[in-house]
Amino acid sequence: KRKREPAPVHFALNNAAVLIQRWYRRYVARLEMRRRCTWRIFQSIEYACEQDQIKLHNFFSYLMDHFTPSSSKERDFISRMFVSGESFKEAELEKYCDYESMEVPDSYTGPHLSFPLLPDHATTLLEAFKRKQQLHARYVLNLLHETRKHLKQLPNISHVSTCYSEEVTVCGDLHGQLDDLFLIFYKNGLPSPSKSYVFNGDFVDRGKQSLEILIVLFTFLLVYPNEVHLNRGNHEDHMVNLRYGFSVHGRKILKMIQNVFCWLPLATLIDQKVLIIHGGISDTTDLDMLEKIQRHKFISVLRGKKRKESNRNVEIQEIIGESKADASAAEHDAASSPSPQPQPAQAPSMTNRLEFSKWVRQMVQEQIERCRQLVDSESEEEELTYSSFVSMTDLNAPCWTRQEEWKQILDILWSDPMPQEGCRENTVRGGGCYFGPDVTKKILEKYSLQFLIRSHECKQEGYEFCHSRKVLTIFSASNYYEIGSNRGAYVKLGPDLVPHFVQYQANKTAHTLTMTQRISRVEESAFRALREKLFAHTSALISAFKAYDKDGTGRITLSNWATAVESVLRLGLPWRMLRPQLAHSMADGMLEYKSWLEDLAMEQQSQEHIQSGLLEVIYRNRSNLETIFRIIDRDHSGLISFEEFHQTWKLFSSHMNIELTDDGINDLVRSIDFNKDGNIDFNEFLEAFQETEFNSDCQKASNWVPSLES
Amino acid sequence: MRDLVSSFLGVHSSDRVVAEIEKKVIEAFEVFDHECNKTVDVREIGSVVRSLGCYPTEAELQELLAEVEEEEPTGYIHLEKFLPVMTRVLLERSYQPIPEDVLLHAFEALDENKCGYLTKEELVKYMTEEGEPFTQEEMEDMLSAALEPETNTVCYKDYITLMIVDDV
Repeated sequence: KRKREPAPVHFALNNAAVLIQRWYRRYVARLEMRRRCTWRIFQSIEYACEQDQIKLHNFFSYLMDHFTPSSSKERDFISRMFVSGESFKEAELEKYCDYESMEVPDSYTGPHLSFPLLPDHATTLLEAFKRKQQLHARYVLNLLHETRKHLKQLPNISHVSTCYSEEVTVCGDLHGQLDDLFLIFYKNGLPSPSKSYVFNGDFVDRGKQSLEILIVLFTFLLVYPNEVHLNRGNHEDHMVNLRYGFSVHGRKILKMIQNVFCWLPLATLIDQKVLIIHGGISDTTDLDMLEKIQRHKFISVLRGKKRKESNRNVEIQEIIGESKADASAAEHDAASSPSPQPQPAQAPSMTNRLEFSKWVRQMVQEQIERCRQLVDSESEEEELTYSSFVSMTDLNAPCWTRQEEWKQILDILWSDPMPQEGCRENTVRGGGCYFGPDVTKKILEKYSLQFLIRSHECKQEGYEFCHSRKVLTIFSASNYYEIGSNRGAYVKLGPDLVPHFVQYQANKTAHTLTMTQRISRVEESAFRALREKLFAHTSALISAFKAYDKDGTGRITLSNWATAVESVLRLGLPWRMLRPQLAHSMADGMLEYKSWLEDLAMEQQSQEHIQSGLLEVIYRNRSNLETIFRIIDRDHSGLISFEEFHQTWKLFSSHMNIELTDDGINDLVRSIDFNKDGNIDFNEFLEAFQETEFNSDCQKASNWVPSLES
Repeated sequence: MRDLVSSFLGVHSSDRVVAEIEKKVIEAFEVFDHECNKTVDVREIGSVVRSLGCYPTEAELQELLAEVEEEEPTGYIHLEKFLPVMTRVLLERSYQPIPEDVLLHAFEALDENKCGYLTKEELVKYMTEEGEPFTQEEMEDMLSAALEPETNTVCYKDYITLMIVDDV
């Protein structure tokens, strides 16, 4: 017989339980806060990077107006920067990216492709990639040519019907993460006559296997053309690839890819009821226009700040992706010289900056004319052109400006939904809009749609609804920021159009970690990235701190620290929440900012012999530098000459207003290994400053293992 | 707002201190403000309060909620109601943190046989039947980190050390 427990003991037990529970709940809440802060850090840094593109554009504009080259070399250098995204006429493309002359050696053990492709080719390819083999360049080029031919026949908006294939699977961003694609095929089955797929853009960039993903997707596209549908994403874009380093070595392949991307369809419609686009919509989205425009004219959709433009300038942006011409000056030029003037045999005197600017602009315009002719002549199969040169015999032909067409594409590739009503410019990304629930409602009503599916934004669970479940975001790259940061997901739709989700994480380790470990790990990665960003702004931070430290004590309050940091970095992060993990305060609640910044500096890769100001500049502008290097590297070999390297720096420093001695540059150069006769492998150079990568190789599992999570 | 808080307290706290606390509260609040409209779901307010360094019991949390909820509860808490109340809570240092040794004593109180560990069954019983019971999810979460799978026991001293280290 058990005596009833005396009341005091039970009371004590109860109290103890409450205490533990109280403590535990607080622990979990703190963890949740840390998780959300981590997410905010990653997102704000990612979008700030995209904003850099605008800054780069401004840099080019600045160059155009202010830089006086002191030699013909420098002149060439600038002009070369502007004509990097040329479009090719069909015949020229075949010739330039010729593959038939490429021999596949007997020693090649990788997969062989023959055309037309068969299902066996696809499965062989998958097996080969799983074994880490590569596809021979000849086959790659052949595949790209065939893909382009196929895509050219497709309309801008693909139509899918669930009555034929019963179920449609929609996948979001993959970003070069081949393991995720393998996982999707493992869990869901390969594309086949009874299994339809829609891949909603952003196949490339950031992940390490962008080319493999393209190869797999294009192969399935050709094998099952009725069942596989691809939408263009904002990363299927030449300028964006340059920035994010879709590092395909081999100019032919890169050139072909540029000319395949522009032919990717823009949207997919399921049963006329579900619209699938990569980014989103805007209040001016017009599906009729989208169906009719010539999508392939837009090789790059990226653009800088808005201006009132003539059509000609819009084409400049289209073709080379970056606007160089100053609006007013260009209009002046257009007014005064309607046809391009012949290139002067000799450039004007270097001492006259304005003259030079004008000359460069003229030269650029000529290049553009040349490109435009190439592009236009490609459309000989079309009877009506929807450009501003409308046939006078058909007054009913739609007459949209290139500008309007371009905006349509930009909006669907770059926009993001927002909780508030309305539609405003997406200044964070630098392109597209933020669209509210009212915009969604209007578009759905206008076209009798049930809901939208889009991607473009990483979501923790791999998918997320918003706008009262009228907008679904689907994201298929798991562990995007870091192992354990997020799941990937895909969505299946049957004839009832009710979405069913499957989630996964393509990394074994993620499952063995506890929630705490997973969060800690991702958090560590986020803070490392954040500290690097802080370091990159050392000079500006010191100035900001000093403003709060008039007496020069070297210390400031934590409150002022938070305010100062936000004013410099402008990431919109909760700095007071993050502070304990970023900076230690003294007992009196003050922070010694000088030693804090020194600690930050020590953490970064030590390049002691380079002057610290320079180091900071490199960090802050690494992405921009990379883009510029890639543009200079015309043959896409990964190498630029020492001279070019030198010139890049000079241009940069004149824009950045920093004192850069020749010694400083020499120091830099000395820290790089020279390869191949005075050429610099800029990937090596940039890698030295790439300590933080969101997805670095070593973190990926070396052997793919299917996840059993569902 | 500052005057409101000060008079609320009947205490004269320096403006600076109050301003700083308010900024902290707003930051924490905004992390959970998903609609970006100065509201937080009532189910997540507990996380906001706790991540500001407070250790309220569920009962205390309910009391707090009663103060900040709308007259006709909408399921959302507005910042303008939450701010003065939370600022006061922080100034008064209500819901003090639990020191490590106190936590240890609590576990020891549950450990009848004083063997330095709890069995899985014991822990589950206490946490889900006593005090302010855990949900199944909370129980599973705690076990996933605390339980040693071979012995099916929780060595609470080690567990506490692990948690304290992780909890920056």
